[in-house]
This record gives sequence, structure tokens and C-alpha cells, in this order.
Amino acid sequence: MSFAITLLILFVGLGISWRYLGSYMANVYQGRVRFLHSFEKIIYAILDVDENSEQTWKGYATSLILFSAFGILFTYLILRFQGFLPLNPLHFGSVSPALAFNTSISFVTNTNWQNYAGETTLSYLSQMIGLTVQQFVSASVGIGVSIALIRGLARKNNPNIGNFWVDLVRGILYILLPIAFIGGLIFVGQGAVQTLAGPMVIHDALNNISQVIPRGPVGFMESIKQLGTNGGGFFNANGAHPFEDPTALTLILSVFLILIIPVSLTYTFGKMVNSVKQGLALLMAMFIIFSISLGIGVYAEMQPNPAVAQSHYVKQLNGNMVGKETRFGVPDTALYNITSTQTSTGSVAGANDSFTPLGGLVLLSGMMLGEVSPGGVGSGLYTILLFALIAVFIGGLMIGRTPEYLGKKIQSKEVKLAALGVLIMPITVLIITAIAVSVQAGISGPSNAGPHGFSEILYAFTSQANNNGSAFAGLNGNTAFYNITGSIAMILGRFGIIIPVLALAGSLGAKQTVPTSLGTFKTDNPTFTFLVIAVIIIIGGLTFFPALSLGPIIEMLLHGRFF
Amino acid sequence: MISNIKRSILSCVILLILCGLIYPLIGTGIGQVLFHFQANGSQIKQGSMLIEQNWKGPQWFQGRNDGSVITLGPDKVLISGTNQPGPRSKQLEQSVVQRAKQLIKEGIIPANDLVTTSGSLLDPDISVHDANVQVPAIAKYHNIKPSALYSLIKQVTVHKQFGFLGNTYINVLELNIKLSHLFKKVKK
Repeated sequence: MSFAITLLILFVGLGISWRYLGSYMANVYQGRVRFLHSFEKIIYAILDVDENSEQTWKGYATSLILFSAFGILFTYLILRFQGFLPLNPLHFGSVSPALAFNTSISFVTNTNWQNYAGETTLSYLSQMIGLTVQQFVSASVGIGVSIALIRGLARKNNPNIGNFWVDLVRGILYILLPIAFIGGLIFVGQGAVQTLAGPMVIHDALNNISQVIPRGPVGFMESIKQLGTNGGGFFNANGAHPFEDPTALTLILSVFLILIIPVSLTYTFGKMVNSVKQGLALLMAMFIIFSISLGIGVYAEMQPNPAVAQSHYVKQLNGNMVGKETRFGVPDTALYNITSTQTSTGSVAGANDSFTPLGGLVLLSGMMLGEVSPGGVGSGLYTILLFALIAVFIGGLMIGRTPEYLGKKIQSKEVKLAALGVLIMPITVLIITAIAVSVQAGISGPSNAGPHGFSEILYAFTSQANNNGSAFAGLNGNTAFYNITGSIAMILGRFGIIIPVLALAGSLGAKQTVPTSLGTFKTDNPTFTFLVIAVIIIIGGLTFFPALSLGPIIEMLLHGRFF
Repeated sequence: MISNIKRSILSCVILLILCGLIYPLIGTGIGQVLFHFQANGSQIKQGSMLIEQNWKGPQWFQGRNDGSVITLGPDKVLISGTNQPGPRSKQLEQSVVQRAKQLIKEGIIPANDLVTTSGSLLDPDISVHDANVQVPAIAKYHNIKPSALYSLIKQVTVHKQFGFLGNTYINVLELNIKLSHLFKKVKK
């Protein structure tokens, strides 16, 4: 009952922000929000950018790739030299080259995969100017790309898709910074730490123990970690750590912050193409996949944990509590972790690894379907638009007409680009996983034996190629093999999709629009919603079913066997 | 190309200052002023209210099974949430059996939260049920009436936030502080 109220309030809150934040974001990217314009102008002057000049898709993509490359370089150098930099109360040395390489790529690609424990590896300064910065920046880049694609769909006879630098700055100034700041205050008010002082040292407490408890500037990193669908926490335990998510309120706030931008972007899309119903059709597809996943996942976690049940000592009346925090309980933890894998966030409020086999399957499938329900900031919208184009193409084949989407003819070039964008992730995941299970360096990674060990490897690459960053934490990823293969997966999963999306935006923008006629295939009704869902599930399901059956599915069927 | 390289470097610097220094430092300043207690880790004399303390022995209420697996880093820093067992792990089953046997030896009926570990391995709380099952053993040890302990548990119960968020729970540190007042009184 309480959980139903939680969901109701969450959905009402998201509904309101869908309408108002969605509209506000459209205004931001169309240059109609100007309350910080004098500050904005100073930045454009330093960068030597004319805010009214636009770029072609090639110009946009070049700027984006160069900017990301320097982001990786900056973060890498900060991590490599952290031993010589201030705000390092525990005197950590520099991060090793392979780990620094993996971590900087991870945060620049919005993945936030972490092959380290934050509290024993990174200084406060590295967390602030290295990781927190990229949590803002990578989120803004992602939103910018989705807006560029919308511009391509909304315009005609115009090969320009916007200005990368302007989109980058506006996303941070007008959307991410203000919301993250308010969210950060709530986190700290609830008990998330936010201090530059060193660890808390406790001696001779009531029961004669001594503790050294790490602290740091956590609360404000927490809010952008969720809002930007980044997911990389300050501590190893991520959102399960009481200093990151101290109360159930911060848990539900996290879920809200994760969903608010990806959900609202469907309204932004609708508004910019002059038909809110077009955005609503996509939002419904996201909502249906999300709700079904959530239902199955929460049900699965309310069941007993098989290994605990096998011990015959306790009745698990409150569900699978292994790896879950008492203050959250089972349903809320499942809500958080499922939300985080249906988007590209990857933060956790409990151990994914200890989810029941069916619960683990839900986590994996959220990512394998391409993270479109509702997906990451920007990436969720542009990925579902790729699926929408494929759905239109298939619909066109069925009725024997040239497919159109929003008045644009979808021709061979567009379909090829959309297919490329959709297939790059599964190809990356399956090939790298196949390599990992074939070589000793890969097989020695997982800590669990049996099918769960395979799930851990499959999960790691699915998570990295989708820029999710969550882990079945049993995998020891800080080896040269996993650091390097993981980096490749993250780069392909990010830029391998962004580049076709930008090319698509340029190609669509340059096209004429054709007037709607009676024969036009409608893309703003429930039929289209279901067609999009079908395409997403058929592509994701067919590609990954064989791999899934070797991991979570076989684990589910092996009643009474333990490894 | 050259101008884009220049822009990339400059924007990295500007955004580093804006999002990496100004944002967290202003946040730290305001957080320290408005929420001084919370921003510094909710510390009281006996420890942090948010971090579990691995209570051992029959004289205390015990928490989750986290103490058995927590690892310490350099300088004895607590490392949160290390490797977790999968749902069909023999090791998990064995650790549950071990913990349950130990609880039974101490006169406690094993309960779900007491035999399992949390995600953070620092969970400071237990459920009301898990506190109640420990009452007979603790009452016997200190020679206190069980009813006094049950009322203690009622006193410190934290209800669902706003009546519907999360779980109803007991903070083990708070409960044990109250317990220590009680048994000191009894000794006198």
C-alpha cells in the first residue's frame, strides 16, 4: 500500500515536470530563456563562439568529439597527478595509468563504471574537478545531441543542426546546475555528508570500537550523479552507503531526479516538432516497458533469496534482504535499481549481484533493450527515435508505402544510419563478452561460480556498452584486461551511436517535408506506440536471448543447485 | 579545427571551475551553515548515527551481519559494499547457517535481517521484528524485565517517512545507548 502511494506521487510529480520542465527545456534550446544571458555571453566571448551561428552535423560532431577527447585528457591528468594536488586528506597516491584511463573514459561517456573503491582511491579534489565536472558535462552533451536530432526532424531544407558549444553551455547553466543545486541541499539536509574535512575518527565508543569513517563532498555530487543519469557515486557502495542515501526520502528523490529529464525530453520533442502527441506516443512506449519491468522486478525481489532459503533457518517474510538496506526495504530498493538500469544511470541502493535470478534478469534486460525506458539524459530520446524510425520503416514495408516520419521521407540512408545506431551496442556487447569468456584474463574476473559468473561478465559489458555503469559487483574489473576492453565498449557505446544520430539529424534537416495525406502512416497514436515497443523487444530479445539463457535464465531454472 | 581545439581546452577549464569548484564549494558552505550536524556525518559522542558499529556479545542489541565481511583499507578506513554473493552462492548459504547457529547459541531466534548482509555493509538499522527477537536474551543477561526492553524499542522506532516512504526501522546505536542507561540504572 505504501509502495503504491510512493509510485502514485512519483508519477504525478513526473507528469507535472513532463509538462513544465519539458516546455522549459524547449525554450532553453531555442534561446528564449535568458536570465543568465550576461554570464552566458562572457563564456561565448572567451570561447570565441557566435551564439547565433549554427553548425552542420559534421561541425557539431567534430566539436563534440574534440571536446570529449580533451575531457578524457583533463580527467586522466587530474587522476594521474592527484598525489601532488591539494584536498587529499588521506594522502592517496596517483591513480595507475590503466585505471585512470578507464575511469576518465567512463565519466566522459556518461557511463560511470567504477573499477575502484572511491573512499580508498580518489582525493576530494579528483572527485570534484575530475568526476563531478564530467557528470555535468557528459549529461549536457547527451541532451544537446537529442536536441540536435529534434532540430533535424523539425526543420526543412536546412542542413544546420545547432551549435554544440551553445547547447553545451545552456544545458549546464539553465537546466543541470539549478536543479542539481536544489537536489543537493535536500540530500545534505537528510544526512548526506558535504565537507572538506578528513575522515571521522571514532574511539572508545560505547562498545570499545574504533572506526575511521571516510567523508567528503558527497551530497552535491549525489544530486548531479542522479540528475545527469551518471550513476558514479563517491563511495564504493554507491547509493547504499548511508552517507550517500541516508533516508528513504533521498532514495525517492534520486529516482525522481533520474527520470525527470529523460521523461520531460519527450515533451520538449513534441513541442519542438509542433505536436505534443508525437512525444506522448514515445513517452507511452517508455512508460509501458518501464512499468512491466518494475512490476516483475519488485515481485521477484519480494520472493525469498534461494541461498538463504536453502539454509532453512529463517523465513524471509520481507523478501530478499541480501544486499539491501533496512531503512529502504525491498520494494523501494528494487524501484531504485530498476530505474537506474532502465535509464543509463547505474547507481544502486542495494547490491545488484544479490538480486534473485529473475530480478537480475530485469536489471540486465533494461540495458539490453537499449536503455529507452526512458533511458539516459538525451540518449534515451535519441535512441528511441532511432527505434521509431525503424518502426516507421517496418510499418511502411507492411503497407507498401514510402515510410515517412513527421513529414520526412525515411529513405535508405536514414534507415542505414538508424540500424547502425541500434546495432552497434549489441554487436559490441556480444563480441567482447565472447572474447572475455574465451581467454584466461576474462575468466578469472568473476567471483561467483556457475552461471552467475557468466552473468557477471555479460552484465559488465552490457553495462559499459550502454553507458550505464552499474555492476554485478562480484567482478574484479581492475585488471588490464577489463580496464581496456571496458574502455573500448564504453567508447563504442557512446560515440558509435552519437555519430550516426548526428548524421541522421543533418540528413533529415536538409530534406523537404511532404504534406500529410490520408495515406500517411500515423505516428502519434497507440498503434504506433505498440509498434515501437514491438521493434524494441524483437531487436533486443532476439539478439540477447541466447546469451541470457546461459546466465540468469539457467540460474532461474536450476532449483536446488548452488555454486 | 585549431579554433575547436582552443575552444575545447578553454571550455574544459571554464566548466572545471564552474562545476568542479564553484558548485561544490558553495554547496559545502551552505550545507555546513544550514545543516552542520548532517553535513559532517551525523556524529554524536558514541559514533555516527548512520554507520553501523558491529555490536557483539549478549549485552547488546546486534545489527545486520555486516561486521563479518567488512574490510578495512589503508589507515583502517572503512570500505563500503565490497563483493556481494549471488543468489545461488554456497558461500552465502554457509554464512547464513554460521550466523544463525551463533544467534541460537546466544538464545536469539534467527531473523532475516540479522543473518543477511546489507548493500553498504554499514547498515546502522534493523527491523522492529529483529529487535524484538533479541529481547529475551538481553533481558536475561542484564536481569531486566522484557517489558522494559519492548517499551524501549517502541520509543526509538523510526516510522516510515511521511507515513509511506521506505521501511519502519530501529537505529541500533540509539537503541543501545538507551539500553546502556537502563542497565547502568539496574546495576546501581
